[in-house]
Amino acid sequence: MLRVLTAIATLTLVAYAGEESIKLKEGEGKALVEANCISCHSLDYIQMNSPFLDKKGWEASVNKMIKVFGAPIKQEDVPKIVEYLTKYYGKKE
Amino acid sequence: MLSRRELLKSSFMLSTAGLLVPKALLAKVDPALLGTAVKELPEGTLEEQILEALPGKKPLIKKTFRPPNYETPVEYFNEVFTPNNAFFVRYHLSNIPEVDARTWKLTISGDAVEKPMELTLEDLKTKFEQVEVAAVCLCSGNRRGLMKPHVPGIQWGYGAMGNARWKGVRLKDLLNRAGLKANALEVVVDGADTGVAAGTPDFIKSIPVWKALDENTIIAYEMNGEPLPHWNGFPARLVVPGWTATYWIKHITSIQVVSKPYDGFWMKTAYRIPLNKFPVVQRFLSQETAVNTPITEIMVNSLITNLKDGQTFRLGQLIEVKGIAWDGGYIIKKVEVSTDGGKTWQEAELGKDYGRYSWRQWFYRFKPAKKGTYTIMAKATNSIGQTQTFELIWNPAGYHHNVVHTINIKVV
Repeated sequence: MLRVLTAIATLTLVAYAGEESIKLKEGEGKALVEANCISCHSLDYIQMNSPFLDKKGWEASVNKMIKVFGAPIKQEDVPKIVEYLTKYYGKKE
Repeated sequence: MLSRRELLKSSFMLSTAGLLVPKALLAKVDPALLGTAVKELPEGTLEEQILEALPGKKPLIKKTFRPPNYETPVEYFNEVFTPNNAFFVRYHLSNIPEVDARTWKLTISGDAVEKPMELTLEDLKTKFEQVEVAAVCLCSGNRRGLMKPHVPGIQWGYGAMGNARWKGVRLKDLLNRAGLKANALEVVVDGADTGVAAGTPDFIKSIPVWKALDENTIIAYEMNGEPLPHWNGFPARLVVPGWTATYWIKHITSIQVVSKPYDGFWMKTAYRIPLNKFPVVQRFLSQETAVNTPITEIMVNSLITNLKDGQTFRLGQLIEVKGIAWDGGYIIKKVEVSTDGGKTWQEAELGKDYGRYSWRQWFYRFKPAKKGTYTIMAKATNSIGQTQTFELIWNPAGYHHNVVHTINIKVV
């Protein structure tokens, strides 16, 4: 029983009240972004904060997640994540 | 950690509001619910936000699912008190336990307390004087989505606020029972919600001792005559009338009185405004630096609540402009309305006074003399002469937006 409940709890963490409906734009780096961001927050945070951040802005956001909020993101993944966010959710020139 | 009931409820949410709902059926937000914010919010926000109901809540404007951030549609602000089930929801962290009122305890401790205590909800309700205060609960970042240029954060429109009657006990009475030492400087407050990653700073806030001892600062367990909704802090939350909602810790579990400035992330770094940009009377001096200061008081502000942008009226029809005005507790002295884009102003009639921390309704009626577009504006002034701004006072975190609200209507 405990195992079943744990399974539900884990699932709930990823699928909080309808957030599976969020679909990020297809492109290189999407899976990496999803895997890294989804553990702490829903992906609508990315969509909501668009499109007004430039590369520097997205870089600052990703670094804030790591340095301030303790997100376990590998340093080598940061440029790829920033690249995806800038390309698909960045400020339009 | 999670109770069985909570798990069952979560899985129920999953199947009702989650996986089984096809994307096409998700409710797009009717622009009318956003007021004029629809013209100013970032494109990405307008695309992603949906109308969605949390358990026990009416459909609200979902900004983010997790942590849950839900805005109240503007239409609810036509009422003096915002219904509990339509009251906005704002969390920084996504582990939000459903607190059991029977086992809930509030601890009072810290190096500047004489006698540390532990209180139950029953203790709060039976051992202290019960008080009620009407007060606006307003997110520091309300209207952040209207900042130009945009700044990252929750892209709120007009509805990260609500007005309610809060009932509970004075924080002052609790602190006096515990006994304060002479060196008491700040009161540090924590709630039951926590982050997911081990390194995420817990959402902990402090207020100066003098504000904690203000007779209006209370630990509330009731809102508009009912227990606090889960999403608004059940079973009890801190209510700091006049100050922005960042200090109104939900699901409160601990109060510590300390002799040194609290230096957690949410005080030291977050929720700061540049020095000298805003007319602040109540400053939080033990937290102030040479460049910035913690946000404290709510700025004087108002909102037109009954008109829709682009709404059409017939020539000869009497038009009523209705809205609300509020500030940090200095009393709204007047609300002026312009129907010609700010060239001329007339005083609106003020509605019933529910106390200095409540918002106040106002009304203005006029009959246009000719056809055309009318630019309606509202501007509040408080009794210490503070008023709203026409030009945005931009700041990096997007706080204190109190630009005069403007709506265009047509007379045909």
